[in-house]
Amino acid sequence: MEIGLSHYLTVAALLFTLGVFGIFLNRKNVIIILMAVELMLLAVNINLVAFSVFLQDISGQIFAMFVLTVAAGEAAIGLAILVIYFRNRGSIAVEDISQLKG
Amino acid sequence: MHVAIVFLPLLAAIIAGFGARWLGDRGAQLVTSGTVVTSAVLSVVVFFDVALGGNSAQVHLLNWVSSGGFEISWALRIDTLTAVMLVVVNGVSSLVHIYSIGYMSHDPHKPRFMAYLSLFTFAMLMLVTADNFVQMFFGWEGVGLASYLLIGFWYKKPSANAAAIKAFVVNRVGDFGFMLGILAIFLVFGAMDFDTVFAAAAGQQGQTFSFLGYEVDVMTTITMLLFIGAMGKSAQLGLHTWLPDAMEGPTPVSALIHAATMVTAGVFMVARCSPMFELAPVTLEFITFIGASTALFAATVGLVQNDIKRVIAYSTCSQLGYMFFALGVSAYGAAIFHLFTHAFFKALLFLGSGSVIHGMSDEQDMRKMGGIWKHMKGTYAMMWIGSLALVGVFPFAGYYSKDMILEAAYVAQNGFAQYAFVFGIAAAFMTAFYSGRLIFMTFHGKPRASEEVMSHVHESPKVMLIPLLVLAVGAVAAGFVFYGDFVGDNYDAFWGSALFLAGDNILEAARQVPTWVKLLPLVMGALGLGLSWVFYIWKPRIPKTLAETNSPIYNFLLNKWYFDELYELIFIRPAKWIGYQFWKIGDGKIIDGFGPDGVSGAIAWVAGKARRVQTGYLYHYAFVMLIGVVALLTWYGFQPGGVQ
Amino acid sequence: MILHALTFYLFAAIAVAAGFMVISSRNPVHSVLYLILAFFTSAALFVLMAAEFLAMIMLIVYIGAVAVLFLFVVMMLDINFVELRKGFLQYLPIGALIGVILAIELIFIVGTWTFGGDTTLVAATAQPMVIEGGNTEAIGRVLYTDYVYAFQAAGIILLVAMIGAIVLTHRSRPGVKKQNITEQVHRSPTEAVELRDIPPGQGI
Repeated sequence: MEIGLSHYLTVAALLFTLGVFGIFLNRKNVIIILMAVELMLLAVNINLVAFSVFLQDISGQIFAMFVLTVAAGEAAIGLAILVIYFRNRGSIAVEDISQLKG
Repeated sequence: MHVAIVFLPLLAAIIAGFGARWLGDRGAQLVTSGTVVTSAVLSVVVFFDVALGGNSAQVHLLNWVSSGGFEISWALRIDTLTAVMLVVVNGVSSLVHIYSIGYMSHDPHKPRFMAYLSLFTFAMLMLVTADNFVQMFFGWEGVGLASYLLIGFWYKKPSANAAAIKAFVVNRVGDFGFMLGILAIFLVFGAMDFDTVFAAAAGQQGQTFSFLGYEVDVMTTITMLLFIGAMGKSAQLGLHTWLPDAMEGPTPVSALIHAATMVTAGVFMVARCSPMFELAPVTLEFITFIGASTALFAATVGLVQNDIKRVIAYSTCSQLGYMFFALGVSAYGAAIFHLFTHAFFKALLFLGSGSVIHGMSDEQDMRKMGGIWKHMKGTYAMMWIGSLALVGVFPFAGYYSKDMILEAAYVAQNGFAQYAFVFGIAAAFMTAFYSGRLIFMTFHGKPRASEEVMSHVHESPKVMLIPLLVLAVGAVAAGFVFYGDFVGDNYDAFWGSALFLAGDNILEAARQVPTWVKLLPLVMGALGLGLSWVFYIWKPRIPKTLAETNSPIYNFLLNKWYFDELYELIFIRPAKWIGYQFWKIGDGKIIDGFGPDGVSGAIAWVAGKARRVQTGYLYHYAFVMLIGVVALLTWYGFQPGGVQ
Repeated sequence: MILHALTFYLFAAIAVAAGFMVISSRNPVHSVLYLILAFFTSAALFVLMAAEFLAMIMLIVYIGAVAVLFLFVVMMLDINFVELRKGFLQYLPIGALIGVILAIELIFIVGTWTFGGDTTLVAATAQPMVIEGGNTEAIGRVLYTDYVYAFQAAGIILLVAMIGAIVLTHRSRPGVKKQNITEQVHRSPTEAVELRDIPPGQGI
């Protein structure tokens, strides 16, 4: 059967949904949130590359490269913040992070 | 000149009241006393001119209201009745002003006091010179105001404030009736000035109008309402509770307002409206009943009071009752005559008691006095003169006026006249008793005051004694000098058209009563004085024993027949309860509840609920964002044309 | 083509499964490893689409750097993962509902949309772009010419991220001796040297 654009997009959609799930369904720790963000960025990458291939336009892949770059940078900073937070609070359980409680 | 008489005291009140800073105490006293004395002198001139000379006058001052068919103006009506009242008011007021210079010499607020006295004088003068009902009402309210200000003069005393409010409120009840009467007059007659109303009054006799669904007689209704006003102002039975408490004010106030002038405003008003009252026999009977009952009631209470001023206050109340039942039996001349003489000797008694209080270092309880006649010979003599005049001993003033009233009651055809006569005689006996009791307890016997007080006992200064002397002259002479004019052969020439009579002059019949009727009051007076001498000088243990063995009666009298307690139960507690309900529930729960408090509470509640959204948990926020995205997508997905 | 489809389905299924395991695994280390698996299979998908350069870059950067970084941090933070599992099921119903709705919508969109404007679906099937030199040269031709500014900006982003990470986590430890060159250079004789007068034969 022909693998068309929609197949790839479906895969990306599912991965994206799983990433979103990961953000609010987990009560465990903040690292899962960061990993879920990476999942979402991965899904976006798949989307971009799929479109680039099926539209014969290379800019999608260029954009995917930049997304990759930014994702890497953001993961680094996010983890740095997490480390410091853990240093100060001693715990990274998400339900303990509630200082903004109204 | 007439204008000057009325308005000089107002001028003095304004100057002394507002200019005290520049005038100083002495200046204020001089301004007020000087002007009122001037008014008094002018009043005597007017008296000779109008009353004895027969030249009544009407002085138009200013148009007040001119609105469609309703026209009233400020105008002064000077006839004999007015002239008599002018002499009484200005005379007593000027003497009280002078007396106050001495009595209030230790008070820090002298200018305010003098200003209030002058203000009162002005209001009273407006009342007696009024030419229409509205102006009279203005004066009526004005004296009520001045009374409030003066009773509560020592405003730092809570009891004084309470007494002032009580006086004003009870007066208000009466004034409500008065107002309704005035409105009824306007409704029926279409005008307010005396000339129009009195001329048309005869035409309204026997007419009825509908009131609350009932057909009631016009004149009876109007006069009843007017009399209710008089009951309040003159402390008749039912609306009398304010008068004894009014003794919280300084003694000169009691002398001026609650003996000679304000309380007699009711008597004056009924006499002034005699053309109307003569056409309402039902009201006259009611007046007789009330007057006689008051006379007896007040006398019984005065028997056992221990405060020297309260005894005299109840005595005033009792004598006012006499005046009213005289009015009730259509003996208007006698009533005014008694008003005239009563002003002199009652003011004398009050000022004399003020002198005693002053000398006893502000002691007012007679149980703590005694044995001071040697130290205060002048006051002692004055008090005897006043008491003898009150008791009605020949040839003092009270003998003439009081006897006239009792004789008129004897011959009257009024339904309550006999009742009034009996009560009047009984009250005369009691009057003599408590007058003697007052003098004996205060001046005789062993001193019951402390050593310190007794060492300071002194006679009052001349500025206080001279007014007493002047009043004493009046108390002695006013009776036989003016008998002929007020109630005797000179009646018609004297009064002219000031007093109206529907039938024959009852006073002519009164002078033909049997001799025993003429002598009975004298006998009662002697008996009363004698009994009091027995009780308080010869065998002083009798009063105490009597009080103990008859303690229910004694307490009943001492507590003023429990009227205050009764009113408290019937009127004051329900009124307070209603007010409390309105305050707590009406205002608090309902208005505040739905209004400010309710809205703010609702906002706080909503905010509290909304606060819960801010949980602080990141995943909650992300979740909400996700829901938003999904909702947006769904929304756009269902738009026609699909997702673009 | 069967092989193509089969490979696609295989890798796609593994990717989705791995993604699911990332978020639902009990042990965070397992989560990271599943993430790595997801990256691998995505790279494979890229290769299937003839974007091999990107696939390799993903392997190197994502797996080699980012995922390893994750692993480092997970190892470093002493996490007690036993007690971290409660509360998961509380949100499951409503969360699952929302997620399912999202997924359905995305797929719905994917399945039925039309391109707007004059963009046309050039290739109905997966026609990979064929350029000499393959994917690498295709990207290189465009990246340093048309998108050079974005390229430089990406570089600066990375620089900032690096500096930021260092600044955030740097702390001075007590008890560690360090040289402060500036202080050393700015020493003056007055504080460095002290002259004492000592009689001969005695010490200080």
